[in-house]
Amino acid sequence: MRVRGTGVAPRASLGPRDLRRWTRRVLAGLGAVLLGLGLATAPALAAETGLKGVVKDPASEVGIAGVTINVAADGFTGSATTDAEGAWFVAVPSAGKYEVAIDTTTLPAGLGLADPTKAVLNVNVLSEGRVQAVLFSLAAGGGGGDAGADSEVTTPADEGSSLWSQVPQLTVDGLIFGIVIALAAVGLSLVFGTTKLTNFAHGELIALGGLSTYFFNVVVGLPLILSIVIAFLFSAVVGGWLQNRILWKPLRKRGTGLIAALVVSIGLGLFLRYLFLFLFGGQSRTFNEYAGQPGIEIGPVLITPKDLIASTVGILLIAGTIWWLLRTKDGKATRAVADNPALASASGIDVEKVISTVWVLGAALASFSGIMIGLQVGVNWQMGFGILLLVFAGSVLGGLGTAFGAILGSLIVGLLIQLSTLFVPTELKYVGALLILILILLVRPQGILGKSERVG
Amino acid sequence: MDWLSIFQNSFTQMVGVAAVVYCLAALGLNIQFGYAGLLNFGQAGFAAIGAYAVAVLVVTAGWPLWLAILMGVVGAIIFGLLLGVPTLRLRADYLAIVTIAAAEIVRQVARSVTLNDYLGGSDGITGKYAADWYALNPFDGFEWFIFRFSKNDLWVVINGWILVAIVALITWLLMRSPWGRVLKGIREDEDAVRSLGKNVYLYKMQALILGGVIGALAGVIFAMAAQSVQPDNYSTTLTFYVYVIVILGGAARVFGPIVGAMIFWFLLVFISEVLNNAVRGGFISSDILSTDQIGQVRFMLVGLGLMLLMIFRPQGIFGDKKELALDER
Repeated sequence: MRVRGTGVAPRASLGPRDLRRWTRRVLAGLGAVLLGLGLATAPALAAETGLKGVVKDPASEVGIAGVTINVAADGFTGSATTDAEGAWFVAVPSAGKYEVAIDTTTLPAGLGLADPTKAVLNVNVLSEGRVQAVLFSLAAGGGGGDAGADSEVTTPADEGSSLWSQVPQLTVDGLIFGIVIALAAVGLSLVFGTTKLTNFAHGELIALGGLSTYFFNVVVGLPLILSIVIAFLFSAVVGGWLQNRILWKPLRKRGTGLIAALVVSIGLGLFLRYLFLFLFGGQSRTFNEYAGQPGIEIGPVLITPKDLIASTVGILLIAGTIWWLLRTKDGKATRAVADNPALASASGIDVEKVISTVWVLGAALASFSGIMIGLQVGVNWQMGFGILLLVFAGSVLGGLGTAFGAILGSLIVGLLIQLSTLFVPTELKYVGALLILILILLVRPQGILGKSERVG
Repeated sequence: MDWLSIFQNSFTQMVGVAAVVYCLAALGLNIQFGYAGLLNFGQAGFAAIGAYAVAVLVVTAGWPLWLAILMGVVGAIIFGLLLGVPTLRLRADYLAIVTIAAAEIVRQVARSVTLNDYLGGSDGITGKYAADWYALNPFDGFEWFIFRFSKNDLWVVINGWILVAIVALITWLLMRSPWGRVLKGIREDEDAVRSLGKNVYLYKMQALILGGVIGALAGVIFAMAAQSVQPDNYSTTLTFYVYVIVILGGAARVFGPIVGAMIFWFLLVFISEVLNNAVRGGFISSDILSTDQIGQVRFMLVGLGLMLLMIFRPQGIFGDKKELALDER
């Protein structure tokens, strides 16, 4: 057999017994870590199942320590006390409905609930591995205020003033999420541009970045920064170069059709996802360092330093890619191949070399996307597939096959997802983005920057 | 190793409820992917619409079953139109992206808390789906050599395979009609068919909707057999399984999906049963493979199987490689 198709697998991994040992170590730290994640600026991806929130003074926006939160459901009770930042977390055994109550007697003097009838909220934890945010709105004067208080879950925002005050925060969150999507979309789009492969296994490159960082950081025990660098290079070589070398290049040589290749990528994605699950288990894990970092306030926006640094690096990577495409000889060759492979080949460009470069670049960028997600909410086996459709949405919006379009489209998708939470329930925010993907295809199938061409 | 129970489970599942459901979904996909060359990755969405139509209308609203099934079919037609209008004029991979996204939209809406009162959130809807229909069952379980069915399963399986036979017959008749020839022509060379004055767009739309309706019927059977719907049963995994079945049996062959579904479920159950027994019996150390990881190995094998089939034998068991010129789109 010429094709083995396990190109991306971190084969040098260890047996399940070792894994179980780290699992225990990681899980021990996880509870504490999640407390700090109270107000993560990240999109809510999966983590340990539970409920979380931050109790803040409405006037100064400073967290209040020592407030007791009780959680109850059939056959389960749990409670938590807010930490110095006002954050609390209660792990729950399974998805389902929980009654979350705030003990108003533990609130500081002069503060009470904005709506005293909302001391007990009914919250639905949607699925296993999900941390549901719960918000208690406080008001000065010990209740009786007329500001609406509600759980973030059931009504996203129902009042004009609070609606618009969320805009700066959501814009920043959206831009960061857009960068995460864009990093993955560039590779997807470039691979599509040069080989016409619609790669449904691209999400696994994102997961490879996040999971291999976790591996080097937590399992091997290297410092996080070093782990990120190694994982970045590892993903580029194994996920990009090797994958192309042992799977896609032989398939191109064989003359495998585009549709067949698409189905192969789906099979590869399915295989790798469950291989990741097999090796890493089902839990969501966080890196050893910087996991529970408190946010810093910049103007009206709360952002954690790690997010700030990671998105800066992300922007630099994207800018570097743009510079590479526009200014270097290899970059120009890449654009030439994407434009017209036959003509590029005839004019002396080594098309296979360009494709190999594109795979390495795409895998490296996608891995950083996974690293950013890992820094924000932790890594898990299906983190890549979870955002793959959004990556597609970004690429198609910008114009499939164009790197610049992919970046622009992804930023718009990221912004749109976060800002849409002003109007739609948070749990349905991806639905809005996917609907827009369909609408765009209706009006402008070639995307914002794509060339109009007759297709079909 | 308890070989009797291994074979009993494997052969029972070969023609069991899951095989019926996936066979129907695959028959629908075969019309889209096999005959018309449409990359529908949203078959799970069509199935979910059929299943939820029965769940909501029968259990919650108390409608008669036949009317609910009819509404499921209507829902699938509307869903097909929604998917087809923006994408059927575009390159094939756009249809793939949009259909997979649309199926995810259906699932996420179905499990949303916002619509919890209507669709039951992530728990779905459990209840009396088809009490009258089950009451018609004259049989009392079934056990013969390696086949073993409970009373209700037997009724579902008998009716299900009859439905499969009807759908297969319709497919066979359709595909030897002028309509079917045009459809296959579109798959081979769309421009040639267009230059003959055929409305390619319309034919593709009809194929997408017809396949989708059959997919919705698969969802109906699924819901009636399980007496419940859960949104996560209709994830993209269902669609991927159905693709494996169609390609395994041979796309663009009437019996392809039927044989594919039987072989697929036999292998799936057989492999996990053997692994299960081997781990329990100590033949495989539980350090290498624990019993809860067997499901993961199963998925890995499905993914690997899909890749290898597509690379080395894209025509599957029955298919004709020459007929399947899947390259040009």
